[in-house]
Amino acid sequence: MATTMTNETKTKNETTYAIETKSIDIFYGSYRAVHNVSLGIAPRNITAFIGPSGCGKSTVLRSLNRMNDLVPGARVEGEIMYRGRNLYAPEVDPVEVRRRIGMVFQKPNPFPKSIYDNVAYGPRILGVSNRKMLDEIVEHALRSSALWDEVKNDLKKSGLALSGGQQQRLCIARTLATEPEIILMDEPCSALDPIATQRIEELMRELQTQYTIIIVTHNMQQAIRVSDYTAFYNIRKEDQNGKETRWGELVEFSDTQDLFNSPREQETADYISGRFG
Amino acid sequence: MTQSFIENGVYHTNIAARHKRGQRMKWFYMGSLLFALLALVALMLTIINGAFGLVAVTYDVQPEEVTDRPLSDLNETELTGILLEYQPNRMLVYIRDEMSRVASDQFVTTPLSRAIDGDVPEAFVDNTITELSSEEQAQIVATNLSKGTLIALIDRDILKPVVQQSWELQESLLNRAEINSIVEDQYPMADLSWRSWVNSGFVGNTLSNTPALTGIRPALIGSIYLMLTTIAIAFPLGVGAAIYLQEYAADNWYNRIIETNIRNLAGVPSIIYGMLGLAIFVRVFDDFTGGRTILAAGLTMALLILPIIIVNSQEALRAVPWSIREASYGIGATKWQTISRQVLPAAVPGIMTGTILAMSRAVGETAPLIVVGAATFLTVDPTGPLSRFTALPIQIWYWTQQPNDQFRNVAAAAILVLLVLLLTMNSFAIILRNRAQRARV
Repeated sequence: MATTMTNETKTKNETTYAIETKSIDIFYGSYRAVHNVSLGIAPRNITAFIGPSGCGKSTVLRSLNRMNDLVPGARVEGEIMYRGRNLYAPEVDPVEVRRRIGMVFQKPNPFPKSIYDNVAYGPRILGVSNRKMLDEIVEHALRSSALWDEVKNDLKKSGLALSGGQQQRLCIARTLATEPEIILMDEPCSALDPIATQRIEELMRELQTQYTIIIVTHNMQQAIRVSDYTAFYNIRKEDQNGKETRWGELVEFSDTQDLFNSPREQETADYISGRFG
Repeated sequence: MTQSFIENGVYHTNIAARHKRGQRMKWFYMGSLLFALLALVALMLTIINGAFGLVAVTYDVQPEEVTDRPLSDLNETELTGILLEYQPNRMLVYIRDEMSRVASDQFVTTPLSRAIDGDVPEAFVDNTITELSSEEQAQIVATNLSKGTLIALIDRDILKPVVQQSWELQESLLNRAEINSIVEDQYPMADLSWRSWVNSGFVGNTLSNTPALTGIRPALIGSIYLMLTTIAIAFPLGVGAAIYLQEYAADNWYNRIIETNIRNLAGVPSIIYGMLGLAIFVRVFDDFTGGRTILAAGLTMALLILPIIIVNSQEALRAVPWSIREASYGIGATKWQTISRQVLPAAVPGIMTGTILAMSRAVGETAPLIVVGAATFLTVDPTGPLSRFTALPIQIWYWTQQPNDQFRNVAAAAILVLLVLLLTMNSFAIILRNRAQRARV
C-alpha cells in the first residue's frame, strides 16, 4: 500500500512510471490553460487529481489520452511519456493511445444500445465479429466491473434503462473490454448517489490490482478513501496590462496520506482544510 | 429589514393579470391551429367536390344494346365477342396497338411468332396476321388482353360515351331536381349517372383529349420515376455534404459562408432551378441526359431539394449529443467508426424527416418541370431515365388550363391521385424512420 511506501521505493519506481508528464503546458488557441505540470504516475495505483474549479486538473487528465485533440485549437507543449515514447510525437496515432488509455466520464454516457452492444463496441471496432468470442469478452468485462450478476439475464436491455450507478459501471466495463493499461476517470461519481459512489470506489480498488487509475475528483474524502497518490492543482493569476490571465499549475504531488496529513505547501493546507475552493 | 420592494410597490404581484396575458396568448395559438385546420378541410372539400358528381352521358351505342349485364361482370371471351360483333375489322388494329413488337410497316408481313408479344395458338405461329380471319384474330385478342384493356376498347370504339355536362358534388347533391330538368331539356338522349372521376380507368389509362376517357398512367409513372431518380441523386449527396460540413469541416469563415449560402439556396424560387436545369442538364449535358428526359428533370429536382436535405441532415447530426462521440473516441474508435456506428444511426430519424419534407416538396413541384420541358401530352409510358415524360403536377396544371369544364373534374381527380402518391411515399419513409428509431432502444 502507498502508506507504507518509502521515499526510496518511489525513487526506484521513477523509471517505471505508467505515464509521465514532463513540464507540459496545455493551450486552447492562444490561451494557456495549464503551465508546467510534471508528474509521474505509479503503475497499478490510484492517483487522484484535486483542486478548485478551473485549476486544469481535467485538462491535464484529458491530455493523457489525447482526448483534448477533439477540441479545436487545443495543443500540448512538453512531453507525455508512455512506454518510452512521447504520446504527442507525430507518428503516434491518438486512436491507439485511447485504446490503451481508456476514459470514464463525469456523466454516465452509455450508447443508446443494448448492454451487450455497449460492451461489445470496443472489441467490434477492433475487428472482432466472432459471436462466441464477443460473448466471452462481454462476460469478462461485465464481471470485472461487478455488473455481471445484475445484468446477466437482460443483456439485450437498453444500457440507458439501467440506474445511474449501473450505467457508470457499464461505461467502465465498456472501457475494460478493449484491455487498456490505464483508466482515466473524470469525476466518475459526481452524478451518483452515495451508495452508487461506494460501489464504484470498491470497484476501483479491485481494478487497481490490474490497472493504473487516475481519477479527477472534487470530493476530498473520496481522494482520501480511494487514492494512493494525490496531485493538488491550483489557479494562478497574473495581471498583464490590466488584463487578468489565469492558468492552472500543479502545486503538490505526493503520497495521499502525506498530502492530507502533512502538506508541504501552505496552499495545499488551506485547500484541504476548507479555507478556500 | 430596512426596505421591502413588495411593500414599496416596486414589485407588481397582480398574478391575475399575468395569468390573463398567458390565457390570451393561449387563445391566439388555438386560433392559429383552428385556422390551419379549416384551411386544410376547405382544401380537401374543394378537391372532393370536383372529383365526384353527376354526369350526363350520351352514347353512340347504348350500353344496354351491347349486353344486359355490366361490362365488368363479363369475361375476356365475352368482351372480345362484343368487339368482334361491332368492330370485326379492327381486331388487327387492336393486336398491333397492344401487342406488336415490330415496326408498324412490317407488322402485317411478319409471322405471328415474331410479330407479337404474347401467346399465339400453335396453328397460327407461321401465318401473318392478315392471313387470319377476324374470328381467329379475336381468339388471340381474348387470350392476351386484360379485361381492363378490353373494356377500355369497347368504351372507345363502340359505346363512345360523351360526357355532355358534369356537375360538382355539391350541386349534384343539393340541386338534383334542377339538374334533372336540364338533362331532360338539353340532352334528352343522355343518361344521368353518378361518376367518380377517380376510377380504375383514370389511373390505368393513358392520356386522351376527351376528359371522360383520359387516364393519368404516364404521368403517374413519370412522377414515380422522377421521384426515384431525384432521391437516388439527392439523398446520398445531401447526407454526404451534411456529414462533411458537420463532422469534418473546420469552423472557419469560408465554411461558415458555404453553410449560410446553402441555407439561402433552400429559399431560392424553384423556377430558377428550372432555368439552371434547362441550361445545364438539358443543353450542355445533352449527350449524357438525352435532353428533356426524366434524368435531366431528376437532376434538376435533386438540385432543388439538395439544400433542404443538407440543412435538415446537418441539424440532425448536430443534435446527436457530444457525449456519445466522446464515449466512442474514448474507447479508441476512429473518426469514421464513430460517425458510422454512433453518430449516423442516432441521426437517421432526423435525416429521414428532412428527406420526407424534401420529397414532398419535389413531388409537387411544377415550375422547374415546365421549364426543363416535361411534355404535357404523352400517350406512352416512360420506360427509363432516358425517356420523355410528364408528371402529375404538370397534368394538373395543363388540365386546369383547358376550356372544357370537365377537365376541372379530371384535374381534381389527378390531385387526389397525387395526394395518395404523396401519402404513400411519406408513410413508407415514416415506417423506415420509426424502424430506425426502434432499433435504437
